[in-house]
Amino acid sequence: MRKVYTDIIQIAGDVITVEAEGVGYNDIAEINTSRGASLAQVIRLDGKRVSLQVFAGSRGISTEDKVSFLGHPMRIASGKNLLGRIFNGSGVPLDKGPTLSENVVDIGGPPVNPVKRIIPDKMIRTGIPMIDVFNSLVVSQKLPIFSIAGEPYNDLLARIAIQAEVDIIILGGMGLKYDDYLFFRDTLEDQGALSRSIFFIHTAADPTVECLLVPDISLAVAEQFALQGKRVLVLLTDMTNFADALKEISITMEQVPSNRGYPGDLYSQLAARYEKAVDFDTAGSITILSATTMPGDDVTHPVPDNTGYITEGQFYLKNGVIEPFGSLSRLKQQVNGNTRDDHRTIMNTMIQLFANYRETVEKQAMGFQMSPWDNKLLKYGKIFEKDIMSLEVNIPLEKALDRGWQIMAECFTSEETAIKKSMIEKYWPKK
Amino acid sequence: MASKRIGRIVKINGNMVTAEFYTFCVQNEVAYILHGQERLKAEVIRIKGKAAEMQVYENTGGIKIGEKVEFTDELLSVELGPGLLGQIFDGLQNPLPALAEKSGFFLKRGIYLEALPDNAKWDFTPIAKKGDSVRAGDKLGFVPEKRFKHYIMAPFDLRGNLEITKIAKKGTYNLKEPITELKDEDGKLHEVFMQQIWPVKIPITAYSEKLKPKKPLVTKMRVIDSLFPVSRGGTYCIPGPFGAGKTVLQQLTSQHAEADIVVIAACGERAGEVVETLKTFPKIKDPKTGKPLSDRTVIICNTSSMPVAARESSVYTAVTIAEYYRQMGLNVLLLADSTSRWAQAMREMSGRLEEIPGEEAFPAYLESRIASFYERAGEVRLHDGTFGSVTIGGTVSPAGGNFEEPVTQATLKVVGAFHGLSRERSDARKYPAIDPLISWSKYKSFINDAELRKGHQILRKSHDVAQMMKVIGEEGTSLSDYTDFLKGDFFDFVYVQQNAFDKVDESTIEERQKYIFNSIYNILETEFDFTDKDDAMHFFQKLKQEFRGWNSAAWESAEFKKTEKDITSLISGKRSAQLK
Repeated sequence: MRKVYTDIIQIAGDVITVEAEGVGYNDIAEINTSRGASLAQVIRLDGKRVSLQVFAGSRGISTEDKVSFLGHPMRIASGKNLLGRIFNGSGVPLDKGPTLSENVVDIGGPPVNPVKRIIPDKMIRTGIPMIDVFNSLVVSQKLPIFSIAGEPYNDLLARIAIQAEVDIIILGGMGLKYDDYLFFRDTLEDQGALSRSIFFIHTAADPTVECLLVPDISLAVAEQFALQGKRVLVLLTDMTNFADALKEISITMEQVPSNRGYPGDLYSQLAARYEKAVDFDTAGSITILSATTMPGDDVTHPVPDNTGYITEGQFYLKNGVIEPFGSLSRLKQQVNGNTRDDHRTIMNTMIQLFANYRETVEKQAMGFQMSPWDNKLLKYGKIFEKDIMSLEVNIPLEKALDRGWQIMAECFTSEETAIKKSMIEKYWPKK
Repeated sequence: MASKRIGRIVKINGNMVTAEFYTFCVQNEVAYILHGQERLKAEVIRIKGKAAEMQVYENTGGIKIGEKVEFTDELLSVELGPGLLGQIFDGLQNPLPALAEKSGFFLKRGIYLEALPDNAKWDFTPIAKKGDSVRAGDKLGFVPEKRFKHYIMAPFDLRGNLEITKIAKKGTYNLKEPITELKDEDGKLHEVFMQQIWPVKIPITAYSEKLKPKKPLVTKMRVIDSLFPVSRGGTYCIPGPFGAGKTVLQQLTSQHAEADIVVIAACGERAGEVVETLKTFPKIKDPKTGKPLSDRTVIICNTSSMPVAARESSVYTAVTIAEYYRQMGLNVLLLADSTSRWAQAMREMSGRLEEIPGEEAFPAYLESRIASFYERAGEVRLHDGTFGSVTIGGTVSPAGGNFEEPVTQATLKVVGAFHGLSRERSDARKYPAIDPLISWSKYKSFINDAELRKGHQILRKSHDVAQMMKVIGEEGTSLSDYTDFLKGDFFDFVYVQQNAFDKVDESTIEERQKYIFNSIYNILETEFDFTDKDDAMHFFQKLKQEFRGWNSAAWESAEFKKTEKDITSLISGKRSAQLK
């Protein structure tokens, strides 16, 4: 028998305060209102006063409504039965399937012991040259896509998810537009990937607080699969919405804001989620790809800024392409030495030439005269943008490297590339 | 023995828990929250009336109002003794490998293990004898630890002169067997073990005096050693935006720096980076001793997803261990990455305590805390006349990469050297991305003053000319200005920058730095005869290429000498006629 409390003494924002006893910190409660039931989580205990954040929002809650505490933290079912299913941020099915209650695990579990991690060394191939060649994605990496609203970051996430060689895909949507949700569902279904996917969807129309649960639920489920030896890819979009939800709650709780209204523990909160990315010693792995929209394209905004300090690099999505400057995969050195021996050469040379091309474009815009070298660069840059940089290109790494050699041969003499002689002899296309 | 003082929990807010106590309570004492079978460590950080406010070093999920709290009367302390080297601890000095054996993949809360196993046996050799008079910190004997003589010292908290009334014979003992007995001036007897317990927030000061840092600490990073040096016992900080290479710089320093012992405090950063250190260090050989690097390293790691309060303690745990080895007359380097995360941990607690916030919500005592941490560095003369040092290098992760923020500013006030990393340099793949135009050091370089001045001056001049050229174009720049621009660019390219992926170039010894710097100085002082700017550019391009080869040739090898000759002839070909 659970004790039911009806003394709601305060309702402010999405936080309600009720008088109760014997309640555990972070425990889950159920609130029954005339408009339905909602889950809530304990976020502060002060004597008898228990503050709860209500996942469905506080709208319509009466001071006489019934609150009962479940005596445990937020839990989620895990395991194979979840595959192909779609849930909301509280783990309630959104498809017409049954509610699951097997293998329940607490969300937001303890951190991994660093000595049980291994140095990541397996590449995830995506078929996107800007990633595979220039900023290789690595198993267990945590990597956000930085972009402004309106960029096709969800398309990019979906594409990587489909093409990546992983066992399980988990999508955590936060403040997702409903049509974006449908887009993910349809794309994965068309590609036959839905049966190895799990969706936790919080749409823009859902109550803000529910959004806070999405990363934890997604990662708790992912962790269970990883412990069973599975390679899991978790997509989180959009983490800025998650941060904004944190901000909303902390302001409601009258916490002192630190930077642009965000709470002082924003870094720790984000890190607690991103650090779930792991390559277990003797078990599976979790790779996290997220979208972080930057308000006003400002990378110094607290959300992208804190994220950048936590994640292992970032992809900059700008004007529909992955921008080579500013994008970075910190783990690429772990893998790009064991692919093909010309991988690093192509990566360095082509980027350097592309940087030169950018300078030339600037010079051209300022009306300076173009030298023959400048013209070569202009030609190179155009081909590079079309055949390598465009997100429409979909070729395996080896093909992309071959194409790289061809492009350079089309535009330059071998000496002009300053590539080592031994490499030139081996790879430079012969006329 | 009085019964344990207890209290009851009355309030929980994140990792701050308030308990009501009944008798008395000590500021900063350690308390344990009893939650079912679990005992969760906490520290009292504020006392108000009968309420003790504690920061909990663990996740507080599930804790209930009314649960029992046990106060211990002990300050947060670490175990000091043989067996620290090569270890990997968390912020509370729990050995992580042993934790993994005990609880598997995850760090379960409430499990505390001995930092130094009591039953480990050590070969003790006495050096003091019965009847000797000693002071706190004096050496009584030693045990071999890795390649060091690990001295067993008179406990640091004793006062005045003490007489040795008993001392163990040479033999094998464990950490719980007394090896000496000391009688203090009041006739009270003290048993001495090979292990000491010391509170982390109090500096160990059992030495005769603290000295001004003078001797260079060679990191084998040219831009640091030559241009912005660090002295033994000095302090320095490395602020930089994300992705500028702070951690890579710290990792290379930890490998190459000429210190006896390196203590790494990975504070609130990525677990992946710690993993790299702890998996590779046992395999990398220290070039000087041929022993694995892990033999001289202690890692304290509290990564970003581990409990926040322990992040603060990790920094103190690390500096206490560093001070302990300093007492043995060793040179210790402490690398803290990143001090901003430690400051943020303070900010989180301050917010929960509802203190009046300072700038960017950091607490008002931020500056004094940072200052007192860096002040624990220093070179000291010990009672027996030998020297030891603790050098502290901390990275700072300023929000938005903006150095005006409080943590960077508070740090700059107290450190002796500033190695500022810039986004432009790291984007241009210039490694290390230490910006020579903003960095500074108060310590003396081993490069002579005239040469050093020239180096700094040409970098500034070159930058000025480059700025000017952006406006007026190359055409409007005079040949002599243009040459200065090229000279600065050349100096930057071949000396300030260093190739971290080249076996030779990644670390440059002091002798070689002096030699190369001198030859560059001669080039910078040379007047050249260039027909036009193109000629000048091609000359310096060639020179750069030659120097790059020179940098990756082993010191004093045949190739090194040959390249040097090529360079000399290249230069004499272009030297101005009147100076020939």
